[in-house]
Amino acid sequence: MKSVFVDIERCTACKSCEIACAVEHSASKSLFAAVFEEHRPQKRIHVEKALAFAYPVRCVHCADAPCVAACPNGAMARETALGRVFVNEERCQGCFMCAMVCQFGAISAHPRTGIAVKCDFCPARLERGLAPACVEACPTKALLYGEEEDLSRAKRSAAALAVARAVGRTAGLPADASPLGVLRSLGGK
Amino acid sequence: MSRATMDRASRALMDQAARAGIETGMDRLEAQQPQCGFGQLGTCCRICYMGPCRIDPFSSNGHSRGVCGATADVIVTRNLLREAVGGAASHIGHARHVALTLRAALAGDAPYRIADRDKLLAVAQGLGIAIEGKADTAIAGEVVAKALEDFSRQDGAPGNWLRLRTPKREFEMWRSLGLLVSNVHNEIEEAMHRTSGGNDADPVNLLLATLRMGIADGTGLCMATDLQDIMFGTPQVRPVQANVGVLEAGSVNVAMHGHNPVLSEKILEWATRLEGAAAEAGAARVNVVGVCCTGNELTMRHGVPMAAHNLQSDLLLVTGAVDAMVVDVQCIWPGSAQVASCFDTRFITTEANVKVAGATHVAFEPEHADEEAERIIRMAIGAFTARKGKTVHIPDETASGLAGFSVEAILAVLKKVDPADPLKPVIDNIVNGNIFGAVGFAGCPSPKMRDTAMAETMAKELLKKNVLIVSTGCMAHIFAQAGMLSPAATEQYCGDGLKAVLTALGRAAGLDGPLPPIWHMGSCVDNSRIVTLLGALAEKLGVKISQLPAAGSAPELVQEKAISIGSWLLALGLMVHIAPVPRVLGSPVATKVLTQDLEGITGGRAFVELDPVKAAAGMLAHIAVKRAALGI
Repeated sequence: MKSVFVDIERCTACKSCEIACAVEHSASKSLFAAVFEEHRPQKRIHVEKALAFAYPVRCVHCADAPCVAACPNGAMARETALGRVFVNEERCQGCFMCAMVCQFGAISAHPRTGIAVKCDFCPARLERGLAPACVEACPTKALLYGEEEDLSRAKRSAAALAVARAVGRTAGLPADASPLGVLRSLGGK
Repeated sequence: MSRATMDRASRALMDQAARAGIETGMDRLEAQQPQCGFGQLGTCCRICYMGPCRIDPFSSNGHSRGVCGATADVIVTRNLLREAVGGAASHIGHARHVALTLRAALAGDAPYRIADRDKLLAVAQGLGIAIEGKADTAIAGEVVAKALEDFSRQDGAPGNWLRLRTPKREFEMWRSLGLLVSNVHNEIEEAMHRTSGGNDADPVNLLLATLRMGIADGTGLCMATDLQDIMFGTPQVRPVQANVGVLEAGSVNVAMHGHNPVLSEKILEWATRLEGAAAEAGAARVNVVGVCCTGNELTMRHGVPMAAHNLQSDLLLVTGAVDAMVVDVQCIWPGSAQVASCFDTRFITTEANVKVAGATHVAFEPEHADEEAERIIRMAIGAFTARKGKTVHIPDETASGLAGFSVEAILAVLKKVDPADPLKPVIDNIVNGNIFGAVGFAGCPSPKMRDTAMAETMAKELLKKNVLIVSTGCMAHIFAQAGMLSPAATEQYCGDGLKAVLTALGRAAGLDGPLPPIWHMGSCVDNSRIVTLLGALAEKLGVKISQLPAAGSAPELVQEKAISIGSWLLALGLMVHIAPVPRVLGSPVATKVLTQDLEGITGGRAFVELDPVKAAAGMLAHIAVKRAALGI
């Protein structure tokens, strides 16, 4: 299942993700037309200040989501096909039990209807094989769209490499050097 | 957009670039996607260091002001004025450079002369200079003094060129609106001052200042055109070849790129004078070709081939056949030096304020114009010697057409129809509907708009409905390449009414066929010529420019210069079509004033439409309204 990950060190707080999110949730889906829409589209990602960093916060679409459990009407639901948690707007009464239990502050109130608004994982884009709008808009690739397992595998490789570098005599070797090549380079020293 | 949507010559060179591993502007545009929404809406403010601030257009939680309290309206209108300053500074600087060159020439310090006495006398008389019994050089000296006064006067009186080139109804309108510009340098200072931190925060006042900056730009345009005509000659109608196929594998190819003919005129002269040296190097000849607007200057006055518009300035180098690309000012892409470095091409900068890393710099001063021009041509011959025998990739696309439609040249044609009242045939045909209206196309080609052939598609739609088109700048390159500056295009694209008029004019001019449907009126500064022509028509009809069935278009906006020229046209009362979207939509006030309210003030109106067919339809509707108001 694919998710959106954040590399906090790459976020420059440009807020391009916020704009792209609002445009994706506008009636026209065009920046230049959306600014004229009577009902302003709502962004569902928020770039927040964090010490010297900035961090784009959005719903992480928890597999075991407390908001789903807390909703008294079953309006908050999990869809397994796209792996997303979404609001069934017809059922939502705007009680914000979901917001109270959400650890990420990912749920806002719609300014007009008062019901819950949150990241819907851009279902129309995902169905077309595209990445979510926020990911596509990020100019620094601080937002990444991929499989959890790939993320973890990459991190494991990085961790392993760090250890390998730490044990010494490997400085200057490329990260993709083959084990045999490394042994040869060490030979005779 | 993909390269498949470009014209054939550009596509061939982009494919060649890809094969050779050379990065082009199109590659970089793709890599830059998506572009920042705040920037596109104009709501990013970097004026002070409490910021940068940006206004979220979709904000519902009150964060709709910058740190200082500036709203989106303030930020957008400040930014717009600063864009207009950038554009106006370019044209005003260009004009001043030409004026100083003429002054140096008159003092015997620079190798230039008065090439067009008639123009000199006409300009002098227009400026109120008594000419009787004076030598041409003395008159020219007074003209230069009048020009320099527009950069120095502190009395607040309207500028000399503003008075010279503004029709009286527009002059009075500007007086009543407080838009008369006195000293163009002061105007730039004033605009930078008022947009600096903690100054003007009234969006409407800032928009009025943008109109003033447009008017200051107009002064620069008119002055540059007039002084260049005096020094280098007023253009006459002449044939021209266009597109990259004008390069010659066996010749020393010198591509002149930029805007200021003070350099390129000398290069052209020395290209001829050094034919012998070129022949010794084994070249057929020195082939000077034009890129961008310095190219247009050479085309208008000498018929120099139009090798490339701005978007093709890199691609021209990908041929490997350019021995020297010599640049002066404006629209020079830093990436060009990098492309040149892949070949034997010398990329030569010449102006102290336009240097590019990786280029060869030859400091060009009018006082030493001959020495530097000779040096540059010899460098090109040296590059040819290094290139000789190597493979080059010159696409064979060329097109032919006519250029050189100065106002004087147009009037010369019209005088053959009616010597006593040359504008009468035009006005009669506007009244009877043979000419439905007129549209001027100016500005750049945009990599964002080429996929729909924005300019050509709009032009075809307009010609079909009998709208006469005039064009300047790189737009003229686009039309030339599309064959739309040729008499044959009149047969191909025009409605019956316009076809009949152009055929009659062509016959009167002694051509084999009709006049072309699009008249190439020059470089970007020569937008002055379009306004002079419109002004003459309006005066003749006894109406304001805003009442004419006319409009302007920068269909592929790229440069700040288009913003300042467009502001001048808005101040004059014209509808100005613009695409892509200018950076104002983040401000409801700016959007409303520019697209609606302004019409009640100057008569002008900005019209943003990215679809070429709809854009043409919008302009036709505007022209129809103007015709109806005139009762024709």
